[in-house]
Amino acid sequence: MVNGISYTREVEARLLLIHFLRDELRLTGSHWGCDTSNCGACVVWLDETPVKSCTVLAAMADGRRVRTVEGLAHGAELDPVQQGFAECHGLQCGFCTPGMMLTARWLLDHNPDPSAAEIREALSGQLCRCTGYENIVRSVRWAAKHEAATRAAGSGDGR
Amino acid sequence: MTAMNGAYGPVRRKEDARFIRGMGTFVDDIALPGMLHGAVLRSPLAHARIVSVDTTAAQAHPKVRAVITGDMLEQRKLAWMPTLSQDVQAVLATDKVRFQGQEVAFVVAEDRYSARDALELIDVEYEPLPVVVDATRALDPGAPVIRDDLARPPGNHIFDWSAGDQAATDAVFAAADVVVAQDMVYPRSHPAPLETCGTVAEMDPVSGKLTVWCTSQAPHAHRTLYSLVAGLPEHKIRIISPDIGGGFGNKVPIYPGYICAIVGSMLTGQPVKWVEDRSENLMSTAFARDYHMHGEIAASRDGRILGLRARVLADHGAFNGSAQPTNFPAGFFHIFTGSYDLQAAYCEVTGVYTNKAPGGVAYSCSFRIAEGVYLVERMVDLLAAELGRDPAELRMQNLLRPEQFPYTGPTGWEYDSGNYPHALQVALDLAGYPELRREQADKRERGEHMGIGLSFFTEGVGAGPRKHMDILGLGMNDGAALQVYPTGKAVLGISVQTQGQGHETTFAQIVAQELGLSPDDVEVVHGDTDRTPFGLGTYGSRSTPVSGAAAVVVARKVRDRARLIAAAMLEAAPDDLEWDGHRWQVRGDPEQGRTIAEIAMAARSSLELPDGVEGHLDAETVYNPPNLTYPYGAYICVTDVDPVTGEVAVRRFIAVDDCGVRINPMIVEGQVHGGLADGVGMALMQVITYDEAGNCLGGSFMDYLLPTSLECPSWELGETVTPCPHHPIGAKGVGESATVGSPAAVVNSVVDALRPFGVRHADMPLTPANVWSAIQGRPVRPGLAIK
Repeated sequence: MVNGISYTREVEARLLLIHFLRDELRLTGSHWGCDTSNCGACVVWLDETPVKSCTVLAAMADGRRVRTVEGLAHGAELDPVQQGFAECHGLQCGFCTPGMMLTARWLLDHNPDPSAAEIREALSGQLCRCTGYENIVRSVRWAAKHEAATRAAGSGDGR
Repeated sequence: MTAMNGAYGPVRRKEDARFIRGMGTFVDDIALPGMLHGAVLRSPLAHARIVSVDTTAAQAHPKVRAVITGDMLEQRKLAWMPTLSQDVQAVLATDKVRFQGQEVAFVVAEDRYSARDALELIDVEYEPLPVVVDATRALDPGAPVIRDDLARPPGNHIFDWSAGDQAATDAVFAAADVVVAQDMVYPRSHPAPLETCGTVAEMDPVSGKLTVWCTSQAPHAHRTLYSLVAGLPEHKIRIISPDIGGGFGNKVPIYPGYICAIVGSMLTGQPVKWVEDRSENLMSTAFARDYHMHGEIAASRDGRILGLRARVLADHGAFNGSAQPTNFPAGFFHIFTGSYDLQAAYCEVTGVYTNKAPGGVAYSCSFRIAEGVYLVERMVDLLAAELGRDPAELRMQNLLRPEQFPYTGPTGWEYDSGNYPHALQVALDLAGYPELRREQADKRERGEHMGIGLSFFTEGVGAGPRKHMDILGLGMNDGAALQVYPTGKAVLGISVQTQGQGHETTFAQIVAQELGLSPDDVEVVHGDTDRTPFGLGTYGSRSTPVSGAAAVVVARKVRDRARLIAAAMLEAAPDDLEWDGHRWQVRGDPEQGRTIAEIAMAARSSLELPDGVEGHLDAETVYNPPNLTYPYGAYICVTDVDPVTGEVAVRRFIAVDDCGVRINPMIVEGQVHGGLADGVGMALMQVITYDEAGNCLGGSFMDYLLPTSLECPSWELGETVTPCPHHPIGAKGVGESATVGSPAAVVNSVVDALRPFGVRHADMPLTPANVWSAIQGRPVRPGLAIK
């Protein structure tokens, strides 16, 4: 199940999840950056947990739920994290952005009001070569504030 | 900086809409019908003669479609390609391998994994040769000769080059009260964009048209080079740089993998994709720095800096592949006099071959100004220590004064504009400098080690005037083409393209500003040689200085043409019209006016036009900059050093940049943020080293460390604005400023923190181990600095 759609494929045992998503399903929003789990450009959710899909076998996702950047928005409505990255210039080349956003989404789901230090800690397993991280932190804070305002307005959707 | 009308400012980026949805199109995202996959076999040895290459087993692999060797390329006269520095580089090795990771063979297979599998089936017999990886030994008699392919005297010497007046400099030094000298290494680094290099090559066997999607920072230059090298007709080559996941200079050169993919497509008649992995990127593509420097600074007893001398040994690796203007074998290093008013300066640079990856100018260095800035800013701090002066005060005493601009330095650079003392003062104020020094003194009494480091940099960016600057004979100019459709929407074609810099937004703002449009009404086309005018590409912070100026000029051409048509519409003389920022109107009668949109429709209408006035609002230009632009800045870094572990924490970083007029300040600040992180990375952790056998010790992100969100502080930015006098909107380049300026501030800060231990200098990267060594009084990276 990827982004709510069930796929059935026969794959090589060694096929990595990142290559399955990109080459088989043509979900190219997740990127392949380092092979060694250091850069986090390939971060997707496996069930409820962000994982580095360059070191997960596609077969390990059998029977589980995968969420990629293509599944981050809610229909036509962007997730607040996506909005935050655009509002706060949280991306430049855009290569690390999908992984950053998926980790940020996970963070806000578990800690709706993270401090800058907590955001930095949560994103510390991922690399960005363009932004120096400052605007990524601001983007996540923007999303947290936006969601808090939405909740205060009584229209929280419990995501 | 406020704009003249609404188009400048922190406009949100047009690019982001696709990236936040995961809908960008990077090279590896491209999939064509029938596309095959390539993989490169690389040398495990740093120096070895190739005895044989047996591809029989690989060719028998059921999914392999072609195996390409150096011998096969030699038959097509493609085994060697020219570099950007009058050298040649092996595409696939024929005679011997000269660095670990060098390209030896190329497999084309039906899928990514099969191509990799087949690499293991190729049997290469090597005869190992002695290795030299230490630049200081490359010129020793008896050192292994790396480039025996060249018809030149044997040895690893590439060039000697100098700048400045040696006799005058020697005289200044001889008469000076104080001379301070220091060996220092700017170690080998790698830009490591998060997206590695790659290509998809498609040769249409019927039309003969070659289309190459490529991670290229210079698509037009690549097109011309492919044509010259391979003999392909240039109009049958189309280079497309789609979304690029960061460049930083790493994606300027043409790499062997690109050529192999093209040959693979020619051989198979199908598209071939090749995307390198991270190790390939770090081990074989353009590295940066690797300058072994000896600096000397001369001053009077009262702190007046008089002269600067530098001797440099430049390690260029196995092939001289530096990407820089032809006449500058050491790039722009000789701007190393920095931001100070000196009497004389002289530098000499010797380039050598070693058994290391080729490259040399990459990584946001502004053609080696990074090395020059580091040298002078370390030397000024060493002088301050020698004289017992505060480094901020000593800089303030010696900075060029505003009335000295335009200022021609002792090595010939004409700095266009600046108010340096003001920028330094703004930085000192932002930092709260006196309070920081008091805090430091208190902490020292308690045995805590806090450092405060400054750097003041001047860059020359925006190459460049064609009289002085070319790459392989191509003058470093840029084109722009602007079309205005009948409804007043505009399409701007530019010859530079974004690898994250936000050209689609900034360039739309430039045109919108000139024509009184909204940036939303301007579409920017870039990165496709079939759809954009010729130009030299995005590197060296040249987009805004050169291509940005081209965009202004072409928009003004459109505006001038619009004036003629507006005059016909208003039945007035063109000379009686004036531009009010949004429309042409009759002077003294503002009721009578026409916007660009109204004029654009009229241009294509049945309106009768005066003789000689064509019915359109389109224009083209090629911009030849009269000079470089000279951005500058004052940086202050505050560190805390743990002397037990050697760990350095960057607590604060204050950066005041003056890049002239800021078109989109949000984007400018983002670029500065990124460059500061680069500087922290280079100063504290990033280094590509080799062991004695030539094994690369930085071949993955587990070994080549990059700063994360935890090593980076929350950057504190300030700005001053000194418009560039020769740029049509007063802008200067900024993309590399922080990368160039910040490493010296970090190192100065750490050395400042270590002063109680008697440390006077320590080479980058200031890893915990290196800091600890420095505290113990042991030299950092011994044996690398030249005497």
